[in-house]
Amino acid sequence: MSPRRRLLLVLVVLSAALLVAAAGALFVGSASISPSAVVAAVTGRAAPESVERVVTLAIRLPRIAVAALAGGALAVAGVGFQALTRNPLAEPSILGISAGAAFGVVIGQSLGLGLTLAEAVGLTGFAFAGAVLAAAAVYLIAAAGPGLSIQTLLLAGVIVGIFFSAAITVLISLMDFNRLGGVVHWLLGNLAPVPPGALALFALLAAIGFWLVVSHARALNLLALGEEAAIQLGVGAQRLKLTIFAGAALLTASVVAFAGPIGFVGLIVPHALRMLLGADNRLLVPTSFVGGAIFLLLADTVARNVVAPAELSVGVITSFCGAPFFIYLLRTRYRANL
Amino acid sequence: MLAEFRRVSFAYPATGRPKRPFTLSELSFGIERGEIVGVIGPNSAGKTTLTRLLTRVIEPAGGEIFLDGAPLRGIERRQLARCVAVVPQGAPAQFPFTVGELVLMGRYPHGPGRYFESPRDRDVACEAMAATGVLELAELPLDDLSGGERQRAIIAKALAQEPRLLVLDEPTAHLDLRYQAEVAALMRRLNHERGMTILLVSHDLNLAAEVCDRLLLLAGGRAAAMGAPEAVLEQSLLASVFGCEVIVDKSEAGRPVVRLAWRVPSSDDARLSRGR
Repeated sequence: MSPRRRLLLVLVVLSAALLVAAAGALFVGSASISPSAVVAAVTGRAAPESVERVVTLAIRLPRIAVAALAGGALAVAGVGFQALTRNPLAEPSILGISAGAAFGVVIGQSLGLGLTLAEAVGLTGFAFAGAVLAAAAVYLIAAAGPGLSIQTLLLAGVIVGIFFSAAITVLISLMDFNRLGGVVHWLLGNLAPVPPGALALFALLAAIGFWLVVSHARALNLLALGEEAAIQLGVGAQRLKLTIFAGAALLTASVVAFAGPIGFVGLIVPHALRMLLGADNRLLVPTSFVGGAIFLLLADTVARNVVAPAELSVGVITSFCGAPFFIYLLRTRYRANL
Repeated sequence: MLAEFRRVSFAYPATGRPKRPFTLSELSFGIERGEIVGVIGPNSAGKTTLTRLLTRVIEPAGGEIFLDGAPLRGIERRQLARCVAVVPQGAPAQFPFTVGELVLMGRYPHGPGRYFESPRDRDVACEAMAATGVLELAELPLDDLSGGERQRAIIAKALAQEPRLLVLDEPTAHLDLRYQAEVAALMRRLNHERGMTILLVSHDLNLAAEVCDRLLLLAGGRAAAMGAPEAVLEQSLLASVFGCEVIVDKSEAGRPVVRLAWRVPSSDDARLSRGR
């Protein structure tokens, strides 16, 4: 089968699965609303101020959208960072870039920024700056030695992550007590309904980040040959690396700003798809977006129902899945390199 | 003249790459169409620097390189990749792609804007894999191949670029004897059947002597000798360039064969024994 057909086939199957997962998520939740009432709300037949309408359309639906966008964005960021660093275990949270973005967001929050459209722009700006700062730190630490080995990069990422977590703790300690609950809630990686304006901004940023990565997917494959060999095939390697870095950092920053630092999605989803599709980034980038959306949507549905009426953070679920998966990858596939 | 170096100089910056002090100074030589030219010389004589200059990974500090009479610095990267293909020294570590995917990467300079390769790209790639005998390995991950198979797959990638000049940088390093013979036979075949112009960079003097029409002997970034293998592989010249004694015989094909006399010059000898 040609790669084009494989891509289309997998995309169709995954998109169908995403629709099913989204529809499923619409019907379950801590508020007990009958399936027929959900249908009525979605089709616009429920009363304007009725509970089922508010819960379905103003709480569950936006949350589903945030989950799908965040999952897709994180998975694509993972593919981008993995290709960029030629390190299969790279991922926004493992590289400390999520923590950097979170530091930026906490600064924004302590300045009083929320999720109205204008404030959300500021918040993502802070997140992006934090992500770039963390990535630069990781790069400078890891590149100090000869070559960029898998271990050095991961260790640098972990160290930078710890540093920014500590910096976040400082900010939180100084924060106004009333604001604390919300910040901590967000920091655990919690999906909450985002207002429509901010949601549109999130979608736009995710689309830009996705486009930056997917439009360079073919050149990104060549980077696996090594930078010099890629240049000898006509790739403008410096520009490519900057573009992918900007795209992946933008995706990470927007997720952190709107949904919090959620870990491991960028590791689990691309690797699961690699087992199915191989290493070709042209297949991995688009399918990872849909696959990431499905994964985070399922994880969030579990998170908000498993201890209902209380809620778990979705970040807890992804970490519970991701940490063992990371160990599995470390012990099996990349053993020889460590 | 397909490619020509005119008084080309290059030096790695003193800072940043302290371990690569070697330079090229005012090097001039040319490669004619349809020729196999070998570049030989001791370690850090500037052999690989020469291939990096030819592909514009680095730019000369002085002099000019010409491709088909046009200055190299005016040629756009992708266009250059359609003319000059390099089989680099050593394969990439941990390369997760299949042989077929690798060879298709050679089609990138022919249509970088395409998301997927065209049917013609696939045909060219298949033909390149057939030419180096890796077509039946197309679906396998490169990491599963033996050293010799890997090298042939990487040469197929270079052929898929449909280059006019094929540059092989140490193609037999770390390969068993049989694979060395295979690579040599492949080079001859590409040259005879397709008229492929080949630049072979190698520290293996006998491989170079066996397959090359002309040799360039580099020493300290300068051309110590340039000409037919019989003229360049001359006992006293080699002894002075490599700093050790060699014996030059003739192969069955009448080509020079260089043997090491396993003796270092007496002054070094004395130094070594004193060290002990």
